[in-house]
Amino acid sequence: MARKTFSQFLASSWGIIVTGAVIGILAPILQKFGNPPNMGICVACFERDIAGAIGLHRVSIVQYIRPEILGFVIGSMIAAFIFREFKARTGSAPIVRFILGVFAMIGALCFLGCPWRALLRLTGGDINAVLGLLGLTIGIGIGDQFLKYGYNLGRSYKTYFSAGLIMPIIMFGLLILLILHPKFTQDGAVFFSEKGPGSMHAPIIISLVVSLIIGFIAQRTRFCTMGSIRDVLLVGDLHLMRGIIALVITAFLTNLALGQVHFGIQGQPIAHSNHIWNVLGMTLAGLAFVLAGGCPGRQLILSGEGDNDAGVFVLGMITGAAFAHNFDLAGKPDKIVEGLTQAGGPSFAGMIAVIIGIAVCLAIGFTMREKI
Amino acid sequence: MIIDACGLSCPQPVILAMNAIKDNKSYFQIIVDSNVASENVKRLAESKGYNIQMEIIDEKIQLTLTK
Repeated sequence: MARKTFSQFLASSWGIIVTGAVIGILAPILQKFGNPPNMGICVACFERDIAGAIGLHRVSIVQYIRPEILGFVIGSMIAAFIFREFKARTGSAPIVRFILGVFAMIGALCFLGCPWRALLRLTGGDINAVLGLLGLTIGIGIGDQFLKYGYNLGRSYKTYFSAGLIMPIIMFGLLILLILHPKFTQDGAVFFSEKGPGSMHAPIIISLVVSLIIGFIAQRTRFCTMGSIRDVLLVGDLHLMRGIIALVITAFLTNLALGQVHFGIQGQPIAHSNHIWNVLGMTLAGLAFVLAGGCPGRQLILSGEGDNDAGVFVLGMITGAAFAHNFDLAGKPDKIVEGLTQAGGPSFAGMIAVIIGIAVCLAIGFTMREKI
Repeated sequence: MIIDACGLSCPQPVILAMNAIKDNKSYFQIIVDSNVASENVKRLAESKGYNIQMEIIDEKIQLTLTK
């Protein structure tokens, strides 16, 4: 009975507000404990760090097995088991989801953050985040049009229970690599950054506890940044948006209390002030999220409750991170040289990759429509 | 009218329900297979002034919407 009451509370408007508030309070605290500035939590950046740690890319400053990613998936799995919502399912256009994951990551890394980090950057005073959020909204708006005109990736079907466990088991495997930090060859993986953002992290146990809590309640409340904007634009439903507003307010207050608010445009931490590409990068990411049915955080949560299609998207994102760094596509942060700020942004190849990504997503949206 | 929205991820079930609502259907049923889809369709239907009856049949959730 208590379980049912708790479940009903979390499914209510207050539930989503509490979830947003919990993320808003805990993410800046993770930053205080050692996570990179304005990056208490960033699903895109943290998956990128994992890609680096296992050697899929070799940029030495962004390599670490981020416990937050593991905690989200495992926390969601625990909630799904307790509330009998763990359902192994698969089969809805996996390779399309993989490609969407790859380009979602390329777009997010052009901007330097997932939607969660865009909100956290904003509450840390980084005004460039406004442009990222604008791009995200544009991308979601375009995606909504496809949804209205029949875009869908088909139905998923029940699969073997053990198949639904694959993503959580991968996360347990990564947890073992994180704790033991083995070296498989002298100069080889597993890599942990010694400097740069990858070297900045909260103690493992704190990150794990926080992310398990967030994974658990996000599973119950279906918290999703992309969904919140999508639902407002598509059906005028404010339910998920309340969570986002709660996140922004609480994260701003927490950052203020911890002295982590520094208003500005140029020279913000792990961010660039190349406005056009802040917008376009997130336009690509937003579009890819809508077509795949969830923001990166939500996809992790879904993959924890047995959704293999979401798992494929996550693996696509990790692969996309490898491309983004191996091909030098990711945005470069602003640099301060002798007191002068040099604006960063993506390389020429990065710009081309974002444009290709938008073209691919449009092609997917236009060609994958049917009457259900 | 019965809409089969099983296996469709959100927002598809909501869009299908919305299309039926737009057609001024005063009675229709929608079958979903996840609590998420059921909650989302219920929220939409409530906001549009529908009465909702829920029945669980073989792990599937059948929502009957009337106005």
